[in-house]
Amino acid sequence: MPNLAHPAYPSAELLHLESLVPCRESQVSMLLSIFGERQHFSFPSIFIYGHTSSGKTYVMQTLLTTLQLPHVFVNCVEHFTSRLLLEEILIQLQSCSSGTEQTSPVHCDTLNDFVRLFKQTLASQELQDQTVYIVLDRAEQLREMEANILPAFLRLQELTDRNVTVILLSEIVWELFRPSIGCFEPFTMYFPDYSIGHLQKILSQNHPPEYSADFYAAYINILLGVFYMVCRDLKELRHLAALNFSKYCEPVVRGEEFWLAAANERDTRKLWKNIEPHLKKAMQTVYLREISRSKQSSYINISYVRMGLSAHTHMELPYYSKFLLIAAYLASYNPVRTDKRFFLKHHGKIRKTNFMKKHEKTSNHLLGPKPFPLDRLLAILYSIVDNRVAPTANIFSQITSLVTLQLLSMVGQNDQLDGPRYKCTVSLDFIRAIARTVNFDIIKYLYDFL
Amino acid sequence: MTTCSVSKGCFVFKPSTKKRRLSEKTANFRSPNHDSEDTELRFVTCQSLWSQIKSETEQIQEDLNKQLIDNLMSFLSRSHPDFQEKTTEWTCGMKFREIPTAALVLGVNVTDHDLTFRGLSDVLQDNITPYVALLDAKDCPGIKNLMQKLMGQLMNCDIEVDSLEDEDCVQVSQNRIRCSMPSLISWYESVTKKTDSETPSKKRNSSSRHWQSPPVVVIFKDMESFTTKVLQDFIVISSQHIHELPLVLIFGIATSPMIIHRLLPHSVSSLLCIELFQSLSCKEHLSTIIDKLILTSRFPFKLGEKVLRVLINIFLYHDFSVQNFIKGFQLCILEHFYSEPLSVLCCHQGDAKKRVYSLSHDQCENIRKLPSFRRYVEKQESGKQIELLTNDSFLKIRELHCACLENQVWETEEYESSLQLARMLNKTDLVTMLQQCVEILMSSSGKEFDKTVEKLKEFLTQFQNLEDNRTLHEIVYFNAATVLRGHLNAAPRTALHTALNNPHWYLKAFSTVVMAAEEPNGDAASSDEVDDTIQSWTLQSVLPSWKELIIESGTNVSNS
Repeated sequence: MPNLAHPAYPSAELLHLESLVPCRESQVSMLLSIFGERQHFSFPSIFIYGHTSSGKTYVMQTLLTTLQLPHVFVNCVEHFTSRLLLEEILIQLQSCSSGTEQTSPVHCDTLNDFVRLFKQTLASQELQDQTVYIVLDRAEQLREMEANILPAFLRLQELTDRNVTVILLSEIVWELFRPSIGCFEPFTMYFPDYSIGHLQKILSQNHPPEYSADFYAAYINILLGVFYMVCRDLKELRHLAALNFSKYCEPVVRGEEFWLAAANERDTRKLWKNIEPHLKKAMQTVYLREISRSKQSSYINISYVRMGLSAHTHMELPYYSKFLLIAAYLASYNPVRTDKRFFLKHHGKIRKTNFMKKHEKTSNHLLGPKPFPLDRLLAILYSIVDNRVAPTANIFSQITSLVTLQLLSMVGQNDQLDGPRYKCTVSLDFIRAIARTVNFDIIKYLYDFL
Repeated sequence: MTTCSVSKGCFVFKPSTKKRRLSEKTANFRSPNHDSEDTELRFVTCQSLWSQIKSETEQIQEDLNKQLIDNLMSFLSRSHPDFQEKTTEWTCGMKFREIPTAALVLGVNVTDHDLTFRGLSDVLQDNITPYVALLDAKDCPGIKNLMQKLMGQLMNCDIEVDSLEDEDCVQVSQNRIRCSMPSLISWYESVTKKTDSETPSKKRNSSSRHWQSPPVVVIFKDMESFTTKVLQDFIVISSQHIHELPLVLIFGIATSPMIIHRLLPHSVSSLLCIELFQSLSCKEHLSTIIDKLILTSRFPFKLGEKVLRVLINIFLYHDFSVQNFIKGFQLCILEHFYSEPLSVLCCHQGDAKKRVYSLSHDQCENIRKLPSFRRYVEKQESGKQIELLTNDSFLKIRELHCACLENQVWETEEYESSLQLARMLNKTDLVTMLQQCVEILMSSSGKEFDKTVEKLKEFLTQFQNLEDNRTLHEIVYFNAATVLRGHLNAAPRTALHTALNNPHWYLKAFSTVVMAAEEPNGDAASSDEVDDTIQSWTLQSVLPSWKELIIESGTNVSNS
């Protein structure tokens, strides 16, 4: 008994559609009832939102192409200015009903032109009053364009006086879209996240032809059992499934000798034992895309930790750059009044005042780096470097290079009157590794570790 | 062209190129009083020596980058398999198309990257694809600028290749074509279809180097400086169209690959298929350069120990930049040939022999003034001493002999310098070397052991033959370390103090520059007078306000 039923569309098509959009039947049937028959006017604008990988784009595209509804599909990130967006819509509209690639160049700058040209183009198509759907993917980009684009699209049906519906797809809720001057409210629809059962069903659908569906379903079960805690993103899970499947099949392929019988498809427990440690290691680097697809196909025993991008954090810096970075770190994380204690030879005693006692609990490392002026950086530098540092232009240009490498960041405008101010953006582990290479014990100089 | 600024006190106005004359190049070098010191010859020698060295450095660069470039080429050739053959891999069938990306970790010496990228793009254009685009962060503040730059570079190179055909409408301005991905795709389809339909002979040529659908390579030269929004938008847009446009990205990274995770959120980095490539470390780069340029007997010019130490210190302590090292080396050559009149003899042996015979009397006097020559003379017997000091032709014969001596023992220099370098560069290397020596000594027995001991003794005797004791070493060795340091280690505070105390030094330089630009035909005699008038005029009108500005910026620097 098919779930999708609609008098206007042939049931064969609906059945096919249902097979293509598993776990989204309720959303699709809602959309179908909103669309109504082909020539019915629908809501002027529909706003669909949901998390990433919840199938919004895929379902929309599949629905419109399977039922052969005339539509235009535009990605707002790709057409990042209003002119590109409007022209793209008109160009796609030209080949909407005929399906041919004959497109003439279009020049459209403003919404006024767009409305006029839209009506013209629509008239030239043989649509017999069918509703034309304009789907705008990544619609949050519309907020960055001119202020009249979004309200105009929401009311396009009224402005053009034609049978058109605009569908906006986005990951962000409608409240963040609403312009402050008000607009026509669209029909909002939410695509909820997939549950674990849904994910199992969807992932088991595309299995490799060499193995049976059950075998693959068992594999997906194992995979979800390990990864569902940390990752519910369908795209990422699909990537993990593809990455680890060869390792899973390894015993079947090899037919290991020390097992009593060669593992075949039914020995799920043996297969689980084989792959469990591998998957646990893989959990550490989920989302990091450590290994490229091409490398993966040439290795069966993938060692995630050794090959990944995160293994290569070591960086060589020139001698004075290291000290500049250390001085910057000290300047960022030590309060100014403690400089005297750390960096002068005879600083005398520093009495702990009430002020210091109250704030002792707040670690500067939790608060983040504070900006410091250039003079303070150089003063600290001269005191921590053993031999004399000549104040040549090389030191100043090294500071700028550190900013270019994003190890320091410049704070505030390029204010020549007050002098430049910087902030150190490296982590404690990184700076400790650097300090170790120059035999400098940075922990001794940090106020938080007193 | 305004001279109104709160922050700057010095404005440069360059003359238009029409006024520049080529003959002015050697004007400064030629001082009229010193014609007897072979200035012309020295200049020519200097130029030829530098061009030899320059071509050698370029060759070394190519060789050092060869491994990296080979790896990249093999990466590129497997990047878009389904554009070359139809593959039905299961994973491809799952409709996963990630953009192949190469993350090139090049090191913190950002000044050297430009050369590497230019070499890389040349090799790519010769062997894999003509569609290579190099992008700088400063040119791409927004996605629109990035697309404009990208399309400009890709389409321009295409126009160069097909300059004979007029069917491609020449894109004069970006307004003609929409800078969006669909127009790029349609351009790509049109050019690849065109190569298909070419005559068979042409096709054979192009397909031997390029494929049917060559990938489009986009190189981001300085990844750290790009804003994250621009990169994200570009990657999202490209991944939508990866089926139609085979794009390959190359990220030029200076720090570490983790910058990719810092710049790109997961949703975007999951669209990329990243592979890591490391280039040679800059220290190894430098040691190869030093090996091939300085520790070799190919070039007659040699660096003294102190000078080499200055250059290496700047490298190790300040910037890790091989380009700056080579520029410093060039400065040494120029300084040597400029200030040392006997450098005319610093050339290959055959030429030196000829030039010795044509030395003027002044040059012979210069030779007699050299401290090493004086030591040599003292060692000779008295009759020969007088001859050497008075008779020029006798001197020239002696000179010849000494020059020959020089050439034979250059090899030993290398041992001493190389051990010094080992000390300076890398302690672990020296330790391994010593360990190897120890191993050799331990493992060898009997005769071999004796041989090694003899060799070591030879080493020690060669150490005795320090460069400073060798006669006439000043001709070929450049040892003016203080001068070099003065040029290379710019001290802004010193410059400001000089400007405050003796402003006429800098103003005189300015007026000379202005004069040279305006009146290239001015001769030496009258230029001094005109200099003075201009100088006094500038002093009167400009000095008060200029001095204030200098004082202000001087206090800023003195605070730091």
